[in-house]
Amino acid sequence: MANNISIDELKAKAVELRKNIVETTFNASSGHVGGSMSAADMLVALYFKYLNVKPEDPEWKERDRFIMSKGHCALAYVPVLAMRGYLDIEEVKANFNKTGSAYGMHPSCLLVRGCDASTGSLGHGMPMGVGMAQGLRLQKIDAKVVVMTGDGECQEGSNWEAAMAAAHWKLNNLIWIIDRNRLEIDGPTEEVMGLEPLDKKVEAFGFHCIKINGNDMAECDKALAEAWAYKDGPVCIISVTTKGIGLEDYQGKYTSHYISFGASHKDIEHHFDYIDAHKDDIGKISAETPVQGK
Amino acid sequence: MGTAWNAHDANKMSSGKAFGQALAEIAKDDPRIVAVTADLAKSTNTGIFGEQFPDRMFNVGIAEQNLFGVAAGLAKTGLIPFASTFAIFACLRGGEQIRTDCAYQKLPVKVIATHGGLSFGAAGTTHHCIEDFAIMRAIPNMTVCIPGDAYECACIIKQCVNVPGPFYLRVGRGMEPLIHESEEDCKDIDGNPIKIGKAMKLKDGNDVTIMAVGIPTRDALIAAEMLEEQGVSAQVINMHTLKPVDEEAIIEAAVKTRRIVTVEEHNIIGGLGDAVASVLAQSGKKCILSKIGIPDEYGPIGKPEDLYAMYKLSSQGIAETVQEIMGAEIEEEDWSDED
Repeated sequence: MANNISIDELKAKAVELRKNIVETTFNASSGHVGGSMSAADMLVALYFKYLNVKPEDPEWKERDRFIMSKGHCALAYVPVLAMRGYLDIEEVKANFNKTGSAYGMHPSCLLVRGCDASTGSLGHGMPMGVGMAQGLRLQKIDAKVVVMTGDGECQEGSNWEAAMAAAHWKLNNLIWIIDRNRLEIDGPTEEVMGLEPLDKKVEAFGFHCIKINGNDMAECDKALAEAWAYKDGPVCIISVTTKGIGLEDYQGKYTSHYISFGASHKDIEHHFDYIDAHKDDIGKISAETPVQGK
Repeated sequence: MGTAWNAHDANKMSSGKAFGQALAEIAKDDPRIVAVTADLAKSTNTGIFGEQFPDRMFNVGIAEQNLFGVAAGLAKTGLIPFASTFAIFACLRGGEQIRTDCAYQKLPVKVIATHGGLSFGAAGTTHHCIEDFAIMRAIPNMTVCIPGDAYECACIIKQCVNVPGPFYLRVGRGMEPLIHESEEDCKDIDGNPIKIGKAMKLKDGNDVTIMAVGIPTRDALIAAEMLEEQGVSAQVINMHTLKPVDEEAIIEAAVKTRRIVTVEEHNIIGGLGDAVASVLAQSGKKCILSKIGIPDEYGPIGKPEDLYAMYKLSSQGIAETVQEIMGAEIEEEDWSDED
């Protein structure tokens, strides 16, 4: 059952997460900022409202599972785990990417408390998610498995092998979220290797597809409520977002994939101001920001 | 062609069938055991388990990446998945999933790789697998076993449930003859039952050591008997566990016989021969080593028994190779490390 938390409170958490992403990147010198910012709202909605988890008992057998298949977005995932109570956020911000740290660019479930799967190589989350969903069902554990992939990641064929199995096995405990920020390292997905019509593809594979503005908290909330309630098979949420959203100079640009901020803390403070100023209209900005290639 | 056996007159019991039956047997008392396959339930004999436990058998279709990803996911919920396909598709088509999803995360996924080596001879190079020992040995956390016959396979399947982390088992197509008469008969010459991680001496001897894995182990034994008649006393050691390799057994053999021939249905690069060579070189013990295997080339189309003979994996070929190194000289001063 979903936690009782308001959209306004969730939006405040998203602001906090975006600032944590910026600060963590600053401390680490650089990071996969673009896809972390685009996924931030959905991650907040999942961890603070929908996922039934116990941070005090990360291995709790009945918990909902989450796989950050786009593992380079550990930069958003690990801070959100910390905000949810699995880790100390200050320790995460200080140690990310440092030698000997538990928190690298890609999350390891052996090192990060609360992390359900080690990821980083794209196209691995969906097969593991399908296996988890099947394993939970076999053991009669009523829990959801949520897999977040990138959109460029959908170019990996293994996702579609898993999608085929999820529908064939009618895994109604599986939710696939595609963070459709429309950009990959080399440019817009539709220029590098087109994915559209993505909704029709996932539907043809047998998923119930919900397409939303994934930077609009109210829409994230509504989509997750529908996904949680759906019983006829696997669900796919195409979460249309903007890469780098919340960073005025980077949002919508393919170059936001991996960036460094300046050497001085002053260089990131204007980002905090922008994030604060747009707590309530980040979804609108996302919808209005065009995708920019080279 | 000088081989000791013929695929068509041999098997009372195949390794694949032994796997399927052993799995079904242990699954009765262990609800954690599940099976996953990729449209090869019949060929890998996973279907024997599936017939008895249809709810615990998952067929992902022809999708090996998904096979090992799904197996990892199942393992994450507390289950012990046996994921089976042909060796070549396991270690190369699904290799990254085995490495990153199963091994890196230390999950108890048991990879059952059938039709290994040249055992699917006439299927040709696309279906041969002479690279898996090298690949699987190099994956951290992985245990690698290659049973010599169906009964060894059954014993190892039953033991591997308790091996922590990922596990790779390679068998052939399942037409090879038997070494042992039963599971109880899978013992070394001192009566110790087969045990994962422990090399198994099948015959004693003083002049030379033949170390073998998998199907050619039986030919190594026959070769040793042939060599006795030729005045050469050969001991035969079954190296069914390739990783972790039994270093003690290798050093003991080097000190005792100073001559070792390794026998494996694998590229001579990266398999048993190289594992033995590495242990020997680091030990400082003087020893002549000859590696029998596939000499870094793709195997041709043919009956497996013909291909084994062609690559000296037959009893005749093994005996000839032993005789060649019996003639090699070991300088006196190099014996000083014996103490």
